[in-house]
Amino acid sequence: MSIKNMTEEKNWSGQKLVSTDYLLFEAPREKHFMTGSEVLKEAIKRCTVDASVSYPITPQSEAAHLIGELWAEGYVGLYFRGENEFGVMSEVQGCAMAGARTVTTTSGPGTLRAMENFPTWSGTRIPCQLVLMARGINSPLTIQPDNLEVSFLLETGCMIWYAENVQELFDMSIAAFTVAEKPDVHVPIITAVDGFFVSHTRESVMLPADDIALHPYDPYASPLPPIDSEMPPGRFLRDPFVMKSNYISYATHASWQWEVRSAVERSKPYARHYLQGLVHTTGDEDAEIVFVACGTATHQAKEAHRELAKLGIKSKVVKLRTIRPFPHQELLEATKNAKYIFVPEFNIVGWLDKEVTQSLYGKTEAKIVGRPRVAGGMSMPAEAILREVFENTNVKGA
Amino acid sequence: MAKDSIKIRMPALGGQGAVTAAHIAATAADTVGYFAVSNPFFGAEKRMAPSESYTRIGTVPIYDRGEVIYPDIVMIYHPQVITMGKSYTMPFYAGIKENGLVIINSDTDLLTEVDRNYLESINVKVLTRDFTKFAIDIAGTELATNMAMLGALFGALGTIDKPAIEEGIKDRFLKKYTASGGTATLDSVIEKKFKKKMDLIEKNLETASAAYDLTAAWAKEVDLAPILLPVSDVETA
Repeated sequence: MSIKNMTEEKNWSGQKLVSTDYLLFEAPREKHFMTGSEVLKEAIKRCTVDASVSYPITPQSEAAHLIGELWAEGYVGLYFRGENEFGVMSEVQGCAMAGARTVTTTSGPGTLRAMENFPTWSGTRIPCQLVLMARGINSPLTIQPDNLEVSFLLETGCMIWYAENVQELFDMSIAAFTVAEKPDVHVPIITAVDGFFVSHTRESVMLPADDIALHPYDPYASPLPPIDSEMPPGRFLRDPFVMKSNYISYATHASWQWEVRSAVERSKPYARHYLQGLVHTTGDEDAEIVFVACGTATHQAKEAHRELAKLGIKSKVVKLRTIRPFPHQELLEATKNAKYIFVPEFNIVGWLDKEVTQSLYGKTEAKIVGRPRVAGGMSMPAEAILREVFENTNVKGA
Repeated sequence: MAKDSIKIRMPALGGQGAVTAAHIAATAADTVGYFAVSNPFFGAEKRMAPSESYTRIGTVPIYDRGEVIYPDIVMIYHPQVITMGKSYTMPFYAGIKENGLVIINSDTDLLTEVDRNYLESINVKVLTRDFTKFAIDIAGTELATNMAMLGALFGALGTIDKPAIEEGIKDRFLKKYTASGGTATLDSVIEKKFKKKMDLIEKNLETASAAYDLTAAWAKEVDLAPILLPVSDVETA
């Protein structure tokens, strides 16, 4: 297998090259029954991925392993295990700067070990993808689902999308490459899911055939020269002139940081198209009780909505699909009739509550309740959400 | 009254195959047309350590994820779950809903007077059987205990038939949709093992089927009310 085998019609593994629109919206689909880890393999298989670097850590080990199988089967160009997560993320950067479509996966402690790399990624404007299967952060040690780690990533300059379930993980991780690689975006993307709740959960999922795949990444469409050590940002890495104290160094740093964030904002129209909206709402449109959530917490809120409906109480679930860029306009629109906004979360700090509260500051009369919060692997039964509703509103339930 | 969705909690010990059983149970339910989800929860991956799996089955879409806090059915795979507290929740039936069901794999009755009174008060039926012996007698190996438990579950439910269980088992052990990039070498290895593999499936099926009949008869005997709505009630979009 070699990149030389690539033709106009087919990639190196013989898959027919198709548009992202065709792959996501038009190709006929069949029902399968699989886990999040397995579905990620299916997504990567259809993305003409040049390179993947891995390192084992629960709960993403299986996904990393399965991407390795894709390499063995000839679908992924290059695959190797890094020396640790810091090494992995650095190597991902190297692959991406060399012009390769690159993907990796990590979880919890791995994310934190690799931390310095994420803002470096965005600073070098590489369009790589990290699939994050969220796991609790020390201490005490936990391998269980808890998405506190996402709060550490919010200001890295990477895009962050959040998938709710196995199906969304499939669709999002394909769309992620396409949006990240747009020349006017061209920043790294983190596709997050809750570990175990998605990675290890087996459910039905609709997949297109596996004999089609995305067109390869075109590094010449990059807004920056692919790996050029004499030009910014490569020059920044080799010879950080910002070490010198003068006006031009301050201005360069500030404007580049600003540009990275502007690039993330510029992804919005593309994400609206490929994700079919930055937020999805379900339930009663005019409800005064609104749940705003992302990932598995959305699923739990949907269970609570169903229980409330049985009691004749209206509610609505607003699922945020992109966290960076944050969907301010869509959130405001979706909560305009709200009297109570609940933000259920799988972490102790309530990072999404802070995001929502800040976004709606001065724009809503609704009472925002950042609960329930569960952590360390605990489940969030609908009963826990209902209790918050009855304690914080004047609606009556059985 | 039969429900539109049920949650099944399976506390087991590492190595007993409860993850596999939950997987097959969900696949079987999915095969006949239910909405179904399965997931495991575990800490250190080692034999005899507590390991729980969950299956959720419904006639409506299932959003609930993670550990089952309020189960309709609890299946105890090993006596140590009760006697040594090897479960994530204590007592083993914590959170069980009214009109529920507990299936215990044990050769002796492990319920205390307190347990029995509480479960009776909320109309939860309890079936204690030595499903490990059952597996040894029929399949010739205690490794088929999970298949006996699986058959027992569906016999008690009565809404998912034996062919669906067969589909679930085959899906798990024959891997219908492995990667198409598999080499010829790999194929021939599988073919060589095929006869053995079919034997394994056959034994597993026999065990599940016998356990199915046993609990179906028991359910009639104790007048177990239907727990899950029939698949004909599945919401169609």
